[in-house]
Amino acid sequence: MSTRLAQGGRLIDRSKAMEFTFNGKRMTGYAGDTLAAALLGAGQTLVGRSFKYHRPRGILASGSEEPNALVHLGEGARFEPDQRVTTTELFDGLTCTSQNHWPSLEFDVGAINNKFSRFLTAGFYYKTFMFPRVAWEKLFEPIVRQSAGLGQVPKERDADRYEHFYAHVDVLVVGGGVAGLAAARSAASTGAKVLLIEQTNHWGGRAVVDGGEIDGMPVEGWVNKAVEELENMANVTIRTRIMGAGVYDHGYATGYERVADHTPGDGRPRHRLWRIRAKQIVTATGAIERPLSFAGNDIPGVMLAGALRDYIVNWGVSAGDRVVVVTNNDDAYRTALAVKAAGLNVPMILDARAEAGGPLADAAREAGIRVEAGKGIAKVHGGKKVTGVSVCAQAGEGASLEEIKCDAVAMSGGWSPVVHLWSHCGGKLIWDVEQAHFRPDPDRAPTSHDGAAFVVTAGSATGALSLADVMADAHAAGKVAGKAAGGKTSSKAAPEVAPETMQPIEPVWVMPQGAGPDKRMKMWLDFQNDVKVSDVQLAAREGYESVEHTKRYTTLGMANDQGKLSNINGLAILSDALSQEIPATGTTTFRPPYNPISFGAIAGEARGELFQPVRQTPMHAWHAEAGAYFEPVGHWYRPYCYPKSGETHEQAVNREVLNTRENLGLLDASTLGKLVVKGPDAGKFLDMMYTNMMSNLAVGKCRYGLMCSENGFLSDDGVVARIDEDTWLCHTTSGGADRIHAWMEDWLQCEWWDWNVYVANVTEQLAQVAVVGPNARKVLEKLNDQAGGGMDLSAEALPFMQWRDGKIGNFDARAYRISFSGELSYEIAVPASQGRAFWDALLDAGGEFGVMPYGTECLHIMRAEKGFIMIGDETDGTVIPQDLGLNWAISKKKEDFMGKRAQSRSHMTDPDRWKLVGLETLDGSVIPDGAYAVGEGVNANGQKNVIGRVTSTYYSPTLKKGIAMGLVKHGPDRMGEVIGFPTVDGSNTVVKAKIVSPVFYDPEGEKQNV
Amino acid sequence: MSDVVSALRGAKYEGFCKVEEAGLVGMVTLRGDLASKTLAAAVKAATGADMPDICGILAGEKGKVAWMSPDELLLMVDHGAAEQVVSDLSEALSGEHALAVNVSDARAVFHVSGDGAREVVAKLSPADMAALEPGTLRRSRVAQVPAAFHMDEDGMIELVCFRSVATYVFGLLENAARPGSEVGYLT
Repeated sequence: MSTRLAQGGRLIDRSKAMEFTFNGKRMTGYAGDTLAAALLGAGQTLVGRSFKYHRPRGILASGSEEPNALVHLGEGARFEPDQRVTTTELFDGLTCTSQNHWPSLEFDVGAINNKFSRFLTAGFYYKTFMFPRVAWEKLFEPIVRQSAGLGQVPKERDADRYEHFYAHVDVLVVGGGVAGLAAARSAASTGAKVLLIEQTNHWGGRAVVDGGEIDGMPVEGWVNKAVEELENMANVTIRTRIMGAGVYDHGYATGYERVADHTPGDGRPRHRLWRIRAKQIVTATGAIERPLSFAGNDIPGVMLAGALRDYIVNWGVSAGDRVVVVTNNDDAYRTALAVKAAGLNVPMILDARAEAGGPLADAAREAGIRVEAGKGIAKVHGGKKVTGVSVCAQAGEGASLEEIKCDAVAMSGGWSPVVHLWSHCGGKLIWDVEQAHFRPDPDRAPTSHDGAAFVVTAGSATGALSLADVMADAHAAGKVAGKAAGGKTSSKAAPEVAPETMQPIEPVWVMPQGAGPDKRMKMWLDFQNDVKVSDVQLAAREGYESVEHTKRYTTLGMANDQGKLSNINGLAILSDALSQEIPATGTTTFRPPYNPISFGAIAGEARGELFQPVRQTPMHAWHAEAGAYFEPVGHWYRPYCYPKSGETHEQAVNREVLNTRENLGLLDASTLGKLVVKGPDAGKFLDMMYTNMMSNLAVGKCRYGLMCSENGFLSDDGVVARIDEDTWLCHTTSGGADRIHAWMEDWLQCEWWDWNVYVANVTEQLAQVAVVGPNARKVLEKLNDQAGGGMDLSAEALPFMQWRDGKIGNFDARAYRISFSGELSYEIAVPASQGRAFWDALLDAGGEFGVMPYGTECLHIMRAEKGFIMIGDETDGTVIPQDLGLNWAISKKKEDFMGKRAQSRSHMTDPDRWKLVGLETLDGSVIPDGAYAVGEGVNANGQKNVIGRVTSTYYSPTLKKGIAMGLVKHGPDRMGEVIGFPTVDGSNTVVKAKIVSPVFYDPEGEKQNV
Repeated sequence: MSDVVSALRGAKYEGFCKVEEAGLVGMVTLRGDLASKTLAAAVKAATGADMPDICGILAGEKGKVAWMSPDELLLMVDHGAAEQVVSDLSEALSGEHALAVNVSDARAVFHVSGDGAREVVAKLSPADMAALEPGTLRRSRVAQVPAAFHMDEDGMIELVCFRSVATYVFGLLENAARPGSEVGYLT
């Protein structure tokens, strides 16, 4: 059983005890503990269940590579699943529970899967697909869904806040171990601006645990000195608790800062995503120890040798009193010595290599530890915890030579450089036969826009495994990066480290090498996803040769540790099964983030009210106070209607329509796009942009215009006003302002760059109000009477389709006599700063004229009653103006305009194209939105042929019946015919409608022209 | 004219930095040939400032002028003077191809001041805020909307965005300036 030692623990403060709970059980740890250290210190070795077989799982590692120990952390609005205990800092009051079991961690019904593991082999999911479809739907899918996912989904809204931060540096150094510190020092010595980030909250990495001397002082002393030195350099920033998450093109990197994970609720942002632009990136990301594949290597108590040593040295926690060490390399001897130094027992070191020599083995023997060369573990004994091991010859098939009682096993299969960040952006790897690992190939680095490398590795991440090599490599890497980032040549000397003698590693992928099927089925590669040696071998037998395919087939490396421990072992097994060298198999792709990061960090500030920008007009606050029901139009929020107390939206809309037609309505039309187009070539330009002629529009007049894409399809419409000799003002749809502005600039900048035309978007400069209804003129004249405005608004002075500048009341106004409703109508533009006051003044003055504001739905109904088209209703990107009977707005005189050529192509001139008509239901009902009209016969799919569709459909309060517009085959030639629109609401009815003119209201246009 | 109001009527927030809406500011977009001497003279007459370099912003006794693109300047003057500036510019430049237009009310202006003002913007904009020197103006974005900003000699950042998103941008700045969220990187 694991426990807290009486002494030791360089990172903990024993004077500060911290209380926490695990599965409701109260436990105590110390400040400086990770949750993993605290759990082990409290004797909790069983921490979870594996994904597929629900096998008991203990803590395997001490860092971000931990596959097993994931917990539900926190409660309520701070509940989060899948939190890795090895990277969670302990805080007072922490609560966590274990995952993936029912009813309890100790007794888990799901562990029955373990009994059926023979049937739950690689490709289980894919194989079940092979059953009849019904079996998948009815039988397997419900079971799989029920058992899917390790953690539970949070149920409450996240209580925390998150943010981004952009930083620009010359050199980003990722990793604050001795290599990162050395690289940052040497990079800084070139004068470069350096940012050094470390994912944990302490500096020095594992070199401090491993021991040795740098510059004649113990590692820890050197680390403290280096940190102090860096902190005092003006061109260097060093930060802890930031994980290098990803490296992307052109030196872009992300850093995941866990600002307040250890101080929840203190008001600080929980996470901050650093978005870093670096000229050069140094990855000093260290190395990860590999497990060994022996039977029972997943039983709680089996731990990576380096991790077991970390717990003793860093946190004063022992994994067990009797620790068997099993290794194929020298490093694990350090663990044996650390265990011994802590006063605990190492019954045996099993070294799979034929010889166990060298200084570390000698030291172990001197310490009285029994060292057995050429030996391995045949089997680990125990269920929920290790009770002992059977020793065997590595060269054999696993016959037990001896059984040894122990409560922990420290294993080491060698060290793999952390190549993730190097690989994210295309850095390539080479297989180092001598060190038995993939390491970055310095000749094939990730390259930037100029073809030059922008990532360099430092220390163990390069593949250097001795302290001397690490420091020399890191020092050089920092200089290279600093220089490449524009720094000067530095003569700063490298830290001095005495070389050490190491015995070569001997790759061991299966232990013992001749293990039979029963043993291979108990050798775990991927601990979280339950992928074993036998699964990978099965995949190979079933024809999976690509490592990427094997990964997906077996789920190897697909857990949320992304194969940090399983990857190399798995592909070595696959290579062996395929009888090929490891480099021929290759690795799977490394993708960011290095470790999972929170969705909150990715979203940053974009949540709640800041989720998306909402555009507001100058009158927005009035609308909101008036209880408007808003609808989004583009990013604008526009009032849909203004329901009064007790009114439904439909009732409100009908009231607004009738009042506008009978009295006076006000529409906030500020969102309408307004583009000023000016220059000697502006007329020529607008003649190209619009289908009709704009160059001959007289100053002071307005003209409705259509804009098409170069493919002929109707894209936008609006009223154009000629302001002066070389200036026009083009109105666009509300959603189209930015798009049409960009469209104009596109043509001016890329195609007609020699035309003298300037465009400016003045949409937001102006608040615009549509003053509509029989009393429209009266209210405006009243404003003039009240405040002495000078604009003559009479029919003679300002006729229909003209505009004037002047004062209305005391407002600086431009008045347009245009109507989208069929009523007497003025659209008045005033500077946005006067918009709210103008709106208030109109409401004030309009009282006696029955003024009411109206919303977009009323606008839509009134325009539909008049047969006016709406971009986005009558058009959908496939409709040309000719389909809508708008031929009158298409110039026949002009040599060219956007879409002209396309509209003459055969499909566009096909008489069978659906064309716009009005539709009047026989029973007065409203045709459902989007309904299709059906004709005779069926198509190739056995569906009824369709002959048309509804584009706009409303209840007309004016006409007291349903009205609609639609596109119908040969529609204009079929006036008076009745067609049917089947409903899809399940009532199996057909709405019958007569084809009529789309202009339902005031076809002569008398009302608007008064 | 009474009741002339800016988008947020001078809203304020005090976090680790001070954020305030600057009220109405006169702004004129001028497009034309920036190499033209006539144009330079007209700009000088309107603002008292010389022509800025690329990405530059210069102040004169009557206003500021900022470089926006190879054929566009932004003139910042008194709100009440903007219409006159537009007509003066239009008249002065009547002999050449140019466009002057009043955009004062199409914009909202914010001031971010205090220690860490750069950090407030650096949480929202990908621009290099460490490199933002007085006399330069950056056209960039804050979160999801366009913004332009420059810093004065006292370290106050003036940020310009579209009027319709003033509430959103104020919310962004307020959120970024909340106490406890100091980054401690750009101080």
